[in-house]
Amino acid sequence: MALLEVKELGISFGGLRAVDDFHMTIEPGELYGLIGPNGAGKTTVFNLLTGVYKPTDGYILLDGENITGKRTIEINQHGIARTFQNIRLFSELSVLDNVKAGLHNHYTYSTLTGILRLPKYYKVEKEMNERAMELLKVFDLEEEASYKASNLPYGKQRKLEIARALATNPKLLLLDEPAAGMNPNETQELMNTIRFVRDEFHMTILLIEHDMRLVSGICERLTVLNFGQILTEGETSEVLNDPKVITAYLGE
Amino acid sequence: MMGFISYLVNGISLGSVYAIIALGYTMVYGIAKMLNFAHGDVIMIGGFVVFTAVSGMGLPPVIGVLISVVVCTILGMVIERIAYKPLRGASKLAVLITAIGVSYFLQNVALLIYGSNTKSFTSVVSIEPLSLADGAIIISGETIVTILACIVIMIALTSFIKYSKSGRAMLAVSEDSGAAQLMGVNVNATIALTFAIGSALAAIAGVLLCSSYPALTPYTGAMPGIKAFVAAVFGGIGSIPGAFIGGILLGVIEILGKAYISSQLADAIVFAVLIIVLLVKPTGLLGKQIQEKV
Amino acid sequence: MKVKALNKNTKNNLITYGMVILAYVVMEILMKAGMVSSLLQGLLVPLCTYVILAVSLNLVVGISGELSLGHAGFMCVGAFASAFFSNYTKEALTVSGLRFFLAILIGAAAAALFGFLIGIPVLRLRGDYLAIVTLAFGEIIKNVINVIFLGHDSKGFHISFKDAFSMNMEPDGEVLINGPQGITGTPHDSSFLIGIILILITLFIVINMVNSRTGRAIMAIRDNRIAAESVGIHITKYKLLAFTVSASLAGVAGVLYAHNLSTLAAQPKNFGYNMSIMILVFVVLGGIGNIRGSIIAAVVLTLLPELLRGLNDYRMLMYAIVLIATMIFTSSPGGQAFRERYSLKALLGQKKQKKEAE
Repeated sequence: MALLEVKELGISFGGLRAVDDFHMTIEPGELYGLIGPNGAGKTTVFNLLTGVYKPTDGYILLDGENITGKRTIEINQHGIARTFQNIRLFSELSVLDNVKAGLHNHYTYSTLTGILRLPKYYKVEKEMNERAMELLKVFDLEEEASYKASNLPYGKQRKLEIARALATNPKLLLLDEPAAGMNPNETQELMNTIRFVRDEFHMTILLIEHDMRLVSGICERLTVLNFGQILTEGETSEVLNDPKVITAYLGE
Repeated sequence: MMGFISYLVNGISLGSVYAIIALGYTMVYGIAKMLNFAHGDVIMIGGFVVFTAVSGMGLPPVIGVLISVVVCTILGMVIERIAYKPLRGASKLAVLITAIGVSYFLQNVALLIYGSNTKSFTSVVSIEPLSLADGAIIISGETIVTILACIVIMIALTSFIKYSKSGRAMLAVSEDSGAAQLMGVNVNATIALTFAIGSALAAIAGVLLCSSYPALTPYTGAMPGIKAFVAAVFGGIGSIPGAFIGGILLGVIEILGKAYISSQLADAIVFAVLIIVLLVKPTGLLGKQIQEKV
Repeated sequence: MKVKALNKNTKNNLITYGMVILAYVVMEILMKAGMVSSLLQGLLVPLCTYVILAVSLNLVVGISGELSLGHAGFMCVGAFASAFFSNYTKEALTVSGLRFFLAILIGAAAAALFGFLIGIPVLRLRGDYLAIVTLAFGEIIKNVINVIFLGHDSKGFHISFKDAFSMNMEPDGEVLINGPQGITGTPHDSSFLIGIILILITLFIVINMVNSRTGRAIMAIRDNRIAAESVGIHITKYKLLAFTVSASLAGVAGVLYAHNLSTLAAQPKNFGYNMSIMILVFVVLGGIGNIRGSIIAAVVLTLLPELLRGLNDYRMLMYAIVLIATMIFTSSPGGQAFRERYSLKALLGQKKQKKEAE
């Protein structure tokens, strides 16, 4: 069964049809790319998938469950986590606490337990610290665990965002332009990390990216979006050689 | 019925004062994005200057008002230059606390000069009251002047902002000060001008307020200042027509509440209406809805 | 690395508790030695009240990141609810310790209830709109309390919103809340020691909450609401929790305040927006989100006008100037650059570097 199945998804803002008749099927363990020129509606699709916007039409099935129109936190609990195009870290919290905030729903104790410092508090906090450090290690961030998140260099902030998303233990990870603003070396390293995350965590990943080296390097299948509609979809190499796609990016 | 009409007129009159103060509040908020808590105290200073000029030095009221406007305009610009300008780019809270500091400062200067005793203010208006419906409704000269002043100010301010170069610069700065600067607008001068206009309006409001309610103390400005702030939020802070509508409505609600419900609860009613409006329209009656982009 | 960071945090909190206890011990010794003026002695309980108010407001302003201008309103609720209770049970409950303990619980619960009910609508708003609505609620509370007349006689409770006569009480009736005159005859149960204990309890609650899963969720929402939602944190729940706990602690401050006075009346001076603003000043000057800073700022700024008493009429003027100057020095871009260049840490750092270079 497909992990994510989207059919006839659409949203209008007033009179503007931002995304129309969008569909997509992602199998478990796949590395899927969503590409398209600026303003094509890629981030809007992410926002629809994560419940930031409520779709006007269509439906979204995650692992066979209908999650259409659910709220962001419910969708996260169903198993979709994401990163953001413009990095959204908890900037005043430490790197470690950013990841621990991601663990919020998986390692729990009540507010009262926290205030009274009952034994459970120490036990759960210890487990959280261990789990968070494990995740930080994957992204080579364990040295910076006590830094304030906003003091990290840009590339590491992007990685921390992925670590935080993974902390919520998702089935599907959405990455919105993970390589934006990175130099070629950092991008290469990021590609390795994304592949590692997929293999190590058996993660299914959907990503938006403009860096074609990254897209052709790691994505197995692609969907190309243009003016809110699907231009084409299929195997990466086929799609990237499609004259329609080249025209959409470069113009006539 | 006659009672209701005269309450309504009084409400519009008080509302006009709130509207004039709220205009200053809203302009400063729109352009400097700060809550100028000291605005109410400029009103009080405006009142004391007229008091000194007219009752103390025996000058004609018109001259007194002019002096007061000039003094407050300069005061507003000086406050902006000394206290607020260094904090441009600082956190909103820091600016708010500074404004509170300025408010304490102005109150205590007035306290040192005039003491805490209530001064009785002689009205600057010498127009005969208007008698309607065979004397069933009497509208005082102060009321007439206040309402007229508010209308004139509203029209003048709107045309100034719409048609003059500086007015359009204000609009540009309030929309996006960075972009305005890049387009050659002198942002600092525009902000200073805004404070000048806001403070001049506060002086006029002070004179009108004290003419209708002639008790003057160093704390006279505080509550009207808060009410005008409420009026500005009520109408949608940053919006000039909003401040006007908010001010008038607030004045009417306050006077009618006092007359028909409870004089002690009048303020509570005003605040309750504000809360209800904001819960229905979270950015006020005419405020712009801003949605965060993800 | 990680362990070290945790230890640093714990150490920091211990310093905060220690500082409060030390202040108590020093004051007690000075009082025993007769070195404390009666004026200052009279200030001790109010001082504890302000500290609790500042620490609890910091939970909303600093940790939750919402500007609240109605904190005095919750203090007012706590004060009146508890003073009413103590007055009513004065004869029946003669054990003053137990009575005061119950009064504290009642004050905290009443303020928490108001915080919860007010928080539901208020927390839907943002920024300055939220600020003005909290101010509005604070003023409404104060105004409404001023028109409540409540009495008790052989037939039970009587209430009126007009005057004491309208309650139509039997001759044996006793007026418990007398409108603008408020509540008279509240037992004098507050003391400096109780104030200090309540400060320690407040600190315990706030510090432990901040350094737990709950605090992390609240701060995550403050730093980035959308991201917090995306990792499954319930926004309304945690915002409301912070607001309610903060209101409840303000209520405790109100209990302390009310049981230090024989007459309790809701005036602009003690429960109006001016009070809320004064507490906000403590929080901002002490450093937003910095609990220990709130305590120090509350103490210094309360004592400052007293220390400036020599300046007579000029003291409040000096206070205003100090406030403005401090804000410009600590918060303006120019002031920050100046501090970075000449701060103690920077100077020490330079020395260290020099040493290392050698």
